[in-house]
Amino acid sequence: MSVLVFAESSEGKFKKSALEVTSYGKKVAEQLGTNVVVLTINSSDPSILYNYGAEKVLTVTNNALKIFNAKIVANIVKQAAEKESAQVVIIDSNANGLYFAPMVAANLNAGFASNVIALPSATAPFTVKRKTFSNKAFNNTQILTDIKVIALAKNAFGLVENKVSGASEEFSPVLVESNLVSTSIEQTSGKVTIADADIVVSGGRGLKGPENWGMIEELASVLGAATACSKPVSDLGWRPHSEHVGQTGKPVSSNLYIAIGISGAIQHLAGVNSSKIKVVINTDPEAPFFKAADYGIVGDAFEVVPKLIEKLKEFKAINA
Amino acid sequence: MKILVCISHVPDTTSKINFTENNAKFDSNGVQYVINPYDEFALTRAMWFKEKQGATVTVATVGNVTTEPTLRKALAIGADDAIRVNTEALDGFTVAKELSEVVKNGGYNLVLAGKESIDYNGGMVPAMLATILGYNFVNACIGLEIEGDKATISREIDGGKEILSSNLPLIIAGQKGLVEEKDLRIPNMRGIMMARQKPLTIVESSNGNATTSIVSFEKQAAKSACKLVSADNVDELINLLHNEAKVI
Ligand SMILES: Cc1cc2nc3c(=O)[nH]c(=O)nc-3n(C[C@H](O)[C@H](O)[C@H](O)COP(=O)(O)OP(=O)(O)OC[C@H]3O[C@@H](n4cnc5c(N)ncnc54)[C@H](O)[C@@H]3O)c2cc1C
Ligand SMILES: Nc1ncnc2c1ncn2[C@@H]1O[C@H](COP(=O)(O)O)[C@@H](O)[C@H]1O
Repeated sequence: MSVLVFAESSEGKFKKSALEVTSYGKKVAEQLGTNVVVLTINSSDPSILYNYGAEKVLTVTNNALKIFNAKIVANIVKQAAEKESAQVVIIDSNANGLYFAPMVAANLNAGFASNVIALPSATAPFTVKRKTFSNKAFNNTQILTDIKVIALAKNAFGLVENKVSGASEEFSPVLVESNLVSTSIEQTSGKVTIADADIVVSGGRGLKGPENWGMIEELASVLGAATACSKPVSDLGWRPHSEHVGQTGKPVSSNLYIAIGISGAIQHLAGVNSSKIKVVINTDPEAPFFKAADYGIVGDAFEVVPKLIEKLKEFKAINA
Repeated sequence: MKILVCISHVPDTTSKINFTENNAKFDSNGVQYVINPYDEFALTRAMWFKEKQGATVTVATVGNVTTEPTLRKALAIGADDAIRVNTEALDGFTVAKELSEVVKNGGYNLVLAGKESIDYNGGMVPAMLATILGYNFVNACIGLEIEGDKATISREIDGGKEILSSNLPLIIAGQKGLVEEKDLRIPNMRGIMMARQKPLTIVESSNGNATTSIVSFEKQAAKSACKLVSADNVDELINLLHNEAKVI
């Protein structure tokens, strides 16, 4: 018996989410009175995982896996789960994790819960709390099968240091065939992505036009943040679709979300609810966003944002 | 090309979310149901293949009789026929198993679904369906072209996009980008009239065992009031974010 965690790495390095799922997996294993096993593919050095409780790390090294293929990875996770007699399999909520996690569940004939935000509230029957109705509510779901597959929501659990003297072991799974071929990858390099960002700076229709995004980008760059926007802003073509956040756009679960010139429509708030702290800057004190925010400034973005940038630069200079 | 579009019947995005029966059930009182927004993108793309490439388009949902108006709306938008698998959709895996029978029996070679239902938010049905059937699958699809038996697919990845190629049969889970917002169609009178005549077949469920069960719901906890800072005092905001919220 064991708990199997998949820790995603990119160019050999672990993402923060890999440490988060490992932290979580360790605690689930403690609840079940068993061990955690962490599976990695083409990572250069697994030892950082020991700091988060990974007692055993399975390392798969194979050049054929340089380019992600969901079917192949899902099948590798299945093989690892069988080898380790995993009771629970835990996967992150990055784009790749969201893609292959349900395939793992189908492979293992296991019940699946995605968007999980906390440790199981009970282990028999196995019950987890998950986000539902697009962040407007939660449900408590029992997974009824012997094996359970969980996708942990981003930033829901956080990192928990838990140093163990772990060990790694090479694992050489069989790779299944796939005729789904990746022909190219376009990466917008150098920019912080909404998915990975701790801070997100977002602009709405209140900014009047795409020419005014300079200050949004500057604020984001001072904070090391990703930029985002409301749906009409991307519909109008002011910003790319990939920046659209909300119920029908990207979900945001950053530590800090700064909404500038965004009214706070229910569909927008649904997507940003899981951000820990929300700040709103809006000329209209009646804007619904003030009901959802932790901090707010009633004011004109064109005056407030440049001042904020200037003061933040001073702050960063002192606190860097 | 035989296309199946998987339609999830969901509360409209503006719905107030409430629960009844001691938080065990969603309160559908006064709630408007719609085609899941992501599935609408998929359906719209399917209509393009129908009009430009002569595809036939079937829509399917797993659900009880209350989902039929949503299927009729899809027919009014232009789908040729509809299938309803007559069972309560309580578990995504079970829904995928039901849909796999529909795909096998109908011989569909392109299945278009949405990346997520906005009520359950499983993000699981299409991936599981593909795994059960052994079909290729692409998630978070933002572009799809078909030529003969070959598909070119774009998928959103963290911080960019990936282009893939595949033969049919294929299953994709779509989102905005697959078509643009402005391409979405509102059913017109003629479409609504025609939809009444189009076949809506009810098939019995294969009654798989549920793999998960929702025991209760909870609403988001009420938030404490927003702290307002004067526009002339952005230093105070920085101070609060640094010392109180500890996020910068
Ligand atoms: C099915 C469906 C799905 C949807 N999904 C999403 C979604 O995923 N994400 C999303 O964002 N929306 C979504 N929407 C749209 C949503 O309902 C709102 O229309 C949208 O969020 C409004 O965007 P906004 O706040 O930028 O614009 P507006 O509502 O126009 O608000 C602009 C705000 O800017 C303020 N303002 C004006 N000038 C200034 C200034 N100088 N300084 C500061 N503030 C200023 C105004 O007071 C106002 O509050 C969806 C709608 C539907 C029907
Ligand atoms: N009950 C259902 N009937 C038909 N298709 C469904 C059903 N539930 C989900 N789907 C499809 O699967 C996609 C993802 O849903 P989910 O896995 O519930 O997030 C939806 O966008 C639909 O295309």
